Amino acid sequence: MHNTDTNIGTSLQKSKRHPGDVAWNTLIYICAAFSVALLATIILYVCAKGIRAVNWSFLTSVTSVLRGTVGIAGNIVNTLYIIVITMVIATPIGVGAAVYLNEYAKPGKLVTVIEFATETLAGIPSIIFGLFGSLFFGVTLNMGYSLLTGSFTLILMVLPLITRNTQEALKTVPDSYRNGAIGLGTGKWYMIRTILLPSAMPGIITGAILAIGRIVGESAALLFTAGSAKLLPKALDGYLKKPMQSGGTLTIQLYLSATSEGDFTTAFGIAVVLLVIVLIINLATKRLAAKFDVHRID
Amino acid sequence: MNEYASIHSKGVSKSVVELIAKIIFLICAIIAIFAVCSITVYMFMKGTPALKSVGVTDLFFKTEWKPTASEPSYGILYIILSSIIGTAAAVAIGVPIGLLTAVFLTEVSNKKLAAIVQPAVELLAAIPSVIYGLLGLMLLNPFLYKLEKLIFKGSATHQFTGGANLLAAVIVLAIMILPTVINISASSIRAVPDYLRSASLALGATKIQTIFKVTIPAAKSGIMTGVVLGIGRALGEAMAINMVAGGAVNFPLPFNSVRFLTTQIVSEMGYAGGVHRQVLFTVGLVLYIFIMIVNLILLKMKKKGEKDLA
Repeated sequence: MHNTDTNIGTSLQKSKRHPGDVAWNTLIYICAAFSVALLATIILYVCAKGIRAVNWSFLTSVTSVLRGTVGIAGNIVNTLYIIVITMVIATPIGVGAAVYLNEYAKPGKLVTVIEFATETLAGIPSIIFGLFGSLFFGVTLNMGYSLLTGSFTLILMVLPLITRNTQEALKTVPDSYRNGAIGLGTGKWYMIRTILLPSAMPGIITGAILAIGRIVGESAALLFTAGSAKLLPKALDGYLKKPMQSGGTLTIQLYLSATSEGDFTTAFGIAVVLLVIVLIINLATKRLAAKFDVHRID
Repeated sequence: MNEYASIHSKGVSKSVVELIAKIIFLICAIIAIFAVCSITVYMFMKGTPALKSVGVTDLFFKTEWKPTASEPSYGILYIILSSIIGTAAAVAIGVPIGLLTAVFLTEVSNKKLAAIVQPAVELLAAIPSVIYGLLGLMLLNPFLYKLEKLIFKGSATHQFTGGANLLAAVIVLAIMILPTVINISASSIRAVPDYLRSASLALGATKIQTIFKVTIPAAKSGIMTGVVLGIGRALGEAMAINMVAGGAVNFPLPFNSVRFLTTQIVSEMGYAGGVHRQVLFTVGLVLYIFIMIVNLILLKMKKKGEKDLA
């Protein structure tokens, strides 16, 4: 390419090589390669160390010295509880907030304050959510260390994610949809329910999946709210009482295994499970984005 | 659903339904305000008693952290310094790498290579922080321990940390802010209009000169947003660096074991009581104030960015 006369798109100074340019170019390639190498190292190392720990009994039993089993079933159940409780409450609130901001509110002080609050919430680190959650839900509302305390804390944390993704999705619904529906005589609520929300659904789902990803990876906000218990309930009614009891998620167990318990086999086993979940979530959001032209906001 | 239902809701007066819907949506939107206010109130309510019981000077200007001694001392100066210096160092390492990666994605790379790097960056952003901590613990700490033994060979004063030190935390933080810096920088570089690049190339500048003298300066405000977001990320990260930074409060030197604002809370909140607990909440308050400052700067930059566009 350098020796042809028709060199379109590159510089005029093709005869003069700039040594500085070559150095910068190399540096740019090295930096880009760094991210890829880093990811490859993380995945390969975690798999090499942890893949042997992951088997059926690891996923379906609870670590017990008496029975000689090593497993994370309790942590998986706790994680599922927290995901379900958090999402069931956070999704309607987040979507509702976005609907208000996009469809009802007129530009003014209230909207500025709500949007500022949402941005602020998105910028608060999870350890602060953890502190607040343990104080407010745990102590003031007397819920102690429980899956419910953890879930309520995480609701505040994922709320901005759902709100902002829904807002983005609502913005892409053309105004002609709204005008058409209203013109046919529907009420605003009916229009939102039957036209807007279905049209915005891919964006809302993307936000929800991102929120689930955030919950699965969260640890600092859960340490002092949901606690670290890892047992499975013995009877069926135990599952009903479970939200009121302490329970450590996968990330919390990984942290404890790698630090105070010094059980690195379990830690890497959990790391493998977490990586698989992260990969699935990543692929799912990608698929959605490609299929429905969703503009996602992390 | 009723396939022949009228578009008018039946029975209930339409205006009542509309009003209720509007009020419910409003309540949803106000929850965010309520949450931020409660968090602020709680942080101040719980963070300020220690200012009285320990004293402002003893708290902020003393460096000794001995909460469980018979004569306890609660100086958090080194903890604050560690957070500031650790964050600054992580940004100093992470931002150049992130910016050059963003340049690669937007200006240098062909589609095929970008299709490898871009998803890798996205995945890095999604990996839970405890995994970064675990890898730091297993790979970084042993390596840094070797380095430490080499550097401080025969030193009588150095306290060996086994590689769990400030440097390890800085490296982990730099890696963890990379995706944020890359994504924000890349999208602001993409927003630079093509005529600027064409003009520069037509004037005889090389591609690299164009990137560094035209494109990046034009994308400056967006890149700065990425940097500030990165600062917020690094300041607030807790679990990963708690696993790699050691467990003692020290002056933030690269090979010292240090405690950050976040890790101090994570590692001691579980068992602390009395004044010790109060001080930990003050540590949380300091972190919260830092984060609020970062948030306000972000908001200002965003407003300025919107003005520039208009």
